[in-house]
Amino acid sequence: MIRAPRLTDTSLRDGSHAMAHRFTREQVRDVARALDEAGVPVIEVTHGDGLAGASIQYGFSKTPEMDLISEARSVCTRARIAALLIPGIGTVKELKEAAERGVEIVRICTQCTEADISQEHFEIAKEMGLEAVGFLMMAHMRDPEFLVGQAKLMESYGADCVYIVDSAGAMLPEDARERVAALKDALQTEVGFHAHNNLGLAIGNAIAALEAGADQIDGSLRGLGAGAGNAQTELLAAVLDRMGANPDLDVFGLMDAAEYIIAPMMPFQPFPDRDSITIGYAGVYSTFLLHAKHAAERFGLDPREILVELGRRQAVAGQEDWILDVAVELAHKKKQGAA
Amino acid sequence: MAENEKVKVAIVGSGNIGTDLMYKLLKAPGHMELKMVAGIVPESEGLRRARELGIETTHEGIGPVLEDPEIKIVFDATSAKAHVRHAKMLKEAKKTAIDLTPAARGPYVVPVANLTEHLDKDNVNMLTCGAQATTPMVYAVSRVTPVLYAEMVSTVASLSAGPGTRQNIDEFTFTTARGLEKIGGARRGKAIIILNPADPPIMMRNTVYVIPEGDFDEEEVASSVERMVAEVQEYVPGYHLKSEPVFDERETPWGERRVIILLIEVEGAGDFLPKYAGNLDIMTSAARGVGEQFARHLLGIKKEAVA
Repeated sequence: MIRAPRLTDTSLRDGSHAMAHRFTREQVRDVARALDEAGVPVIEVTHGDGLAGASIQYGFSKTPEMDLISEARSVCTRARIAALLIPGIGTVKELKEAAERGVEIVRICTQCTEADISQEHFEIAKEMGLEAVGFLMMAHMRDPEFLVGQAKLMESYGADCVYIVDSAGAMLPEDARERVAALKDALQTEVGFHAHNNLGLAIGNAIAALEAGADQIDGSLRGLGAGAGNAQTELLAAVLDRMGANPDLDVFGLMDAAEYIIAPMMPFQPFPDRDSITIGYAGVYSTFLLHAKHAAERFGLDPREILVELGRRQAVAGQEDWILDVAVELAHKKKQGAA
Repeated sequence: MAENEKVKVAIVGSGNIGTDLMYKLLKAPGHMELKMVAGIVPESEGLRRARELGIETTHEGIGPVLEDPEIKIVFDATSAKAHVRHAKMLKEAKKTAIDLTPAARGPYVVPVANLTEHLDKDNVNMLTCGAQATTPMVYAVSRVTPVLYAEMVSTVASLSAGPGTRQNIDEFTFTTARGLEKIGGARRGKAIIILNPADPPIMMRNTVYVIPEGDFDEEEVASSVERMVAEVQEYVPGYHLKSEPVFDERETPWGERRVIILLIEVEGAGDFLPKYAGNLDIMTSAARGVGEQFARHLLGIKKEAVA
């Protein structure tokens, strides 16, 4: 038996990657309203790379993220709004503005080896009275014992929950299970799990995490997210309901939101296709997908060559600029080989 | 003759940065003579190495440096908090401070861009490693065509990011972005830093994206960038472009724009710190370059030189 988890829907944050950060105000209002009506308690709204992610490196937002946060806030009656903050990209300056716009929960996100760069952000978030959730990205790269050390740092800074984040969608159910179990064992705070579907295991990994005791779980409607997308919110709701662990979600309402609101606005359906499977298989950051496709086209390469090489170089979250590096080098080598 | 004279200098702070700077000053003293290294922990590796090299040391902090009238230039490699105190004392003691902390009591300087404007100041600040690595590139573009927006992404090896950086990573973001604007000449600047834990550790990598205000001549930009890389190499030998400048179309808040992309790698000299720590090397190399310019200025040597 599993307990009903707290669900955070990240269609309006992780989904921003798949949307190439082009969400409009109207889209954000429609999605947030539907999630709120269906009983989703937390809705994350930010640029895909978190506060201040709008950049040449990651792509500019069509509509300023602060305005999108305000729009989401304005239509929610029960749900609370969360924002993602990646130290090194966003700062406490943007966090303060986000809080003024109605954000009540901040999810502070670091590479799973670098938790100690988040101390000031946790402390200030707690001083501001926000709920603070820690996000250990690319957690497939380190073993459970190591992750416990990093999670404990976040806990000591004031985290209310620490997530194991499978940013690369590279984990197998056993990987998710043992990482969540180790954190549950060692921490006083809650533990969460964030899945990507690159190997087609997002729902399975989410369930494995819940069986290991996870208190919080992420989903997105239709899986709208980076790479092959996330665990689908409507599918999680249906599965949890069948498992007798539905946290008061309206299963049919979420299916309708996925079908009639998200599906029509999606530029494509995130799916474990050739390139996304490669991301999971090579263990690279899911958001590299569209950037690798762009670079592959620009330099006449197969996106898979670029992704596999990035995996070999141990690229971490946020290193979209390495895609260009690798593409330039591979193209140069090919030219030399042909000459 | 002034050419043969030396200005006596001191380093305050015997951590990684101070120690690497010590080796650089010994290897290439120019018109400087390292008179003293000051720390607060007698058994620290930096002070031990300085003693072994026959350099006068103190573990009583900045005091003995202030009391030595011969010392004219002081490199401060302590912390922002300490430098706020030190800045006042150094000013009273009429010594020139080259500040390697984020305290920024004096103007920001990047040797190849704006140092000559500030040789009359008694305190200058070295900004951040990322700013030292990327501001020259933005400056190289803005000297041939006005720059609307400049963005830099620094990726450094986790092992090379010390507690100072880790506890206040927002400071890096703010200061570097300001450097791109104030010294690089961009109307708007943005900075991103990423720590990479790969084993073996990666070299410091920087990507600079520049959007000029209007149309520009790609060859003119490429040639200005090439000349600037050579100028930086005079004081940071491990500084190089990983490829020719890349020009790419990107969606921006100002419509579809042609973006200049510069991929920079900085390999450290390996004087004290490992070679991958190009981020630390560029700080100590640039600080040494700034010290040399100040020394020449004090000696009344007019000849322009970077290092």
